[in-house]
Amino acid sequence: MQDSTRSKPAWKRRLLGLALSTGLGFTGMAGAAEVNTTGLAVTDDTVQVGILHSVTGTMAISETGSVEAEKLAIEQINAMGGVLGRQIEIIQEDGASDWPTFAEKARKLLVQDHVAAVFGCWTSASRKAVLPVFENQNGMLYYPTFYEGLEQSKNVIYTGQEATQQIIAGLDWIAQEKDAKTFYLVGSDYIWPRTSNKIARKHIEDVLGGTVVGEEYYPLGNTNFGSLINKIRLKKPDVVYSSIVGGSNVAWWKQLKAAGITADRQTIMTISVTEDEVLGIGGENMEGFYSAMKYFQSLDNENNVAFVNAFKERWGDDSVIGDVTQAAYLGPWLWKAAVEKAGSFDIDAVAAASADIELTTAPEGYVKVHENHHLWSKLRVGQWQADGQAKVVYESELIEPNPFPEGYQ
Amino acid sequence: MGGYTSQELTAIFVMQGFSGLSLFCVFLLMALGLAIIFGQMGVINMAHGEFLTLGAYITWMVSELATQTWPWMQDFYFPLAVVLAFAGTFILGYLVEMLLIRRLYSRPLDTLLATWGLGLILQQIYRSTFGPREVSVTMPDWLMGSWAPTDIIDIPLNGLLVMGITAMMTLLVVILLYRSRWGIKVRATTQNRAMANAAGINTQRVDRFTFALGCGIAGVAGAAFTTIASTGPTTGSLYIVDTFLVVVFGGAASLLGTVVSAFGIAQSQSILEFFLSGSMAKVITLLTVVGILMFRPQGLFASKVRR
Repeated sequence: MQDSTRSKPAWKRRLLGLALSTGLGFTGMAGAAEVNTTGLAVTDDTVQVGILHSVTGTMAISETGSVEAEKLAIEQINAMGGVLGRQIEIIQEDGASDWPTFAEKARKLLVQDHVAAVFGCWTSASRKAVLPVFENQNGMLYYPTFYEGLEQSKNVIYTGQEATQQIIAGLDWIAQEKDAKTFYLVGSDYIWPRTSNKIARKHIEDVLGGTVVGEEYYPLGNTNFGSLINKIRLKKPDVVYSSIVGGSNVAWWKQLKAAGITADRQTIMTISVTEDEVLGIGGENMEGFYSAMKYFQSLDNENNVAFVNAFKERWGDDSVIGDVTQAAYLGPWLWKAAVEKAGSFDIDAVAAASADIELTTAPEGYVKVHENHHLWSKLRVGQWQADGQAKVVYESELIEPNPFPEGYQ
Repeated sequence: MGGYTSQELTAIFVMQGFSGLSLFCVFLLMALGLAIIFGQMGVINMAHGEFLTLGAYITWMVSELATQTWPWMQDFYFPLAVVLAFAGTFILGYLVEMLLIRRLYSRPLDTLLATWGLGLILQQIYRSTFGPREVSVTMPDWLMGSWAPTDIIDIPLNGLLVMGITAMMTLLVVILLYRSRWGIKVRATTQNRAMANAAGINTQRVDRFTFALGCGIAGVAGAAFTTIASTGPTTGSLYIVDTFLVVVFGGAASLLGTVVSAFGIAQSQSILEFFLSGSMAKVITLLTVVGILMFRPQGLFASKVRR
């Protein structure tokens, strides 16, 4: 599955190459041997990278947006002259929503193709499956999803938020805004919601002085929330805090609406609903409820307007952009910045150069890579509107990533 | 009980009862089609969930057409969608029986593999045709929201709709199986295929119609479920395990067994969910079912079948 993204006509490309090579001639363009001492797939005018997401299977729903964002970023970088004067070529592999397949394809990309970087994975399970491969074969992975934290690797750059960044500021805001004292935690039954709720409970009880009146998990794919809705009705919590994911999400919000639980009767904050999910749930079913994320498509800044326009031009007018899609878009740009800072494609050099990389052009605003390989980022609370877009009602300061929060485990 | 008025407790009791009933209807509607195919024909159809998905997608297409092309139809498209969902899945079921299933009647394990493969193929076809993202039908206004007989009781309207459809389909199946000539032929074939053949029943035709009907009912279930959840290429696989559970627990070849088993599983699940959490409720329900099946491997209601 080779996918060359060079879409310009040949003469234009040659002209561009000429301009670049003469331009770079003065600064002294390094030959392939100098910028690549470890046998990566780098020639004098190309460099190969991998994209590893599920385009088939259950996770394709979520990962499609990430693939589109990564391709867009790479095309834009190529149009600007590539990385160290080299055009990026993509080798795309399909993880097929199956974790062993992810590991196998990661090994193929690193051992057989010698790619300089891989943009990919979505679920924590797939990341855990490929992590040993990246560490043993010394590869570079850019991982876009917000996740539970408790992980840090030289070989991974986490472009989404870790749990404390997403949870704590959001809870602080809702506790103050709604004068909330009682919280009901609900989630799908796997590692991310459980870890997230552990942090949330700790913060609610120890810092906010509130009480958790219920904490519940439903199997992935569950579509019947009648009993849960009745319990919420009985307990009357000030805030329902939800991390229900995937197909269950749609059933959960539709049934809330059908049971007459609307935003004016019950405050609900979720950390698992982005514009992508709202497309399936229907904006009218989400109206008035809150999501805590670092990015919303409706963000009103220059970078984001340009990004949204470019994305729609490339992938169609009706495409939507969620938090993870934006985080995936950052991957290639962060890699480019690190390579240029290091002056080399070598994995060790790129990993070492990654800390303190800054992007001022990110759609979410300014981001900076922490030495723990996570990003400094803001938290935003969006209130959903009937048209499926969120109105940003709160924006925090830049939050330091803290993947191993003390006292929260 | 902890600071609640008796009025509130009654309201919760009523709503919880309703929630158990709607879970029962969901289970029953899923299981009806399979009860016919697995129960009467003994075919393990692993692609059953994908027929349900097809019904859901047909409903979604009708809803898209209604909202975008013929806005005047928006309020009334649902009955039409149900009919089309039935027709579409019936036809697909008919073709599948003709091309695949009938060649495998004497090889139950191969049927299992073949239908599993068919399920995967259908999933990928849905994914390529409709895209990997989940879609959601636009519900007509009269189906949104809830009916509130008192201030604190809210009965979801979509739940009532699913209930209505379930009652209708169950009645239809009962009449077809026990009050029609076709039903007599089906039951005769189930009891003794060779004798039925000898008595002049075209068992091949009976089989084909039975299979197609089971698929058609799955299509109707798919249409009904669009009102409570979303539709994606793998939606069907969410329901398939519960569906087999209901049919096996009730006892194959027994319609009454299917009804009783759906009711039992749904109510215990719903009640346990209320007092414990969702995952625990599922665990306990499954353990109970396994326990009972150990003592009654033939299921709750087993009818006598000569093999």
